[in-house]
Amino acid sequence: MNRIYELMFIVRPDMADDDLDKLVANLETTVTSAAGTVKSVDRMGKRRLAYAVRKFREGIYVLMTIEGAGTVIHELERRLRVTEQVIKFLTVRVDEELKRLDKIKKLRDAKKKVSAMPAAPAAVEEAPAAPPAAETPATA
Amino acid sequence: MTEETKAPAPAAERPSRPFGERSGGGDRPRFGGGGGGGRSGPGGPPREGGRKFFRRKKVCKFCTEKIADINYKDYRLLGQFVAESGKIVPRRLTGVCSPHQHRLASAIKQARNIALLPFAGRAS
Repeated sequence: MNRIYELMFIVRPDMADDDLDKLVANLETTVTSAAGTVKSVDRMGKRRLAYAVRKFREGIYVLMTIEGAGTVIHELERRLRVTEQVIKFLTVRVDEELKRLDKIKKLRDAKKKVSAMPAAPAAVEEAPAAPPAAETPATA
Repeated sequence: MTEETKAPAPAAERPSRPFGERSGGGDRPRFGGGGGGGRSGPGGPPREGGRKFFRRKKVCKFCTEKIADINYKDYRLLGQFVAESGKIVPRRLTGVCSPHQHRLASAIKQARNIALLPFAGRAS
């Protein structure tokens, strides 16, 4: 059962860029070796934390979108917990939410089409109707 | 107690548009001012007859602006529904509809967990 998860984690602010690269690459191999796929990795950059975490007031946020079974997440979280540089992480399952958003979007699109439809035939009908109306005064 | 009832008011007022102008005590006349006579309601000064002050109807921001996705990453949006103290502003003050408030609350809690929003107090 494959599901889509969003994994957001914060690493300590004094981490070097290439160290972070290494960490992310490591996590990616963890995912792929557990038969999952990494859909996207987004580095959101350094941000001030809302509260102190392990005495850090800011951190570097990274967001990964992962597709796979729950075991992938289990392994990934275990690794994150062990990793010293990661100060906080959060995994959220998003597939249900994405499905819901898709449905809403489809509904809205359908509504748009319905509202656009009556306008189009009306315009078509008007066009042929207009010439006879214009002709009648000419013939009379 | 007074601290608790007053705290959400400034936060609720700041994002001015969708909220009522006097969100702090906006619902009180409904319960208290049955006779509608002498008491000056907090919603505005009583004019002749007492009960005739105008209160704007609060509408759900997410319904009117058609925001389908309430996400924990969007802390700016969520921040509008968090009081100065860090608390989630109740629905009766913000006018958010029940299904949206439900999503909003869970999103705020997720955002708190990843340090995007504070558990208590201002984000420092």
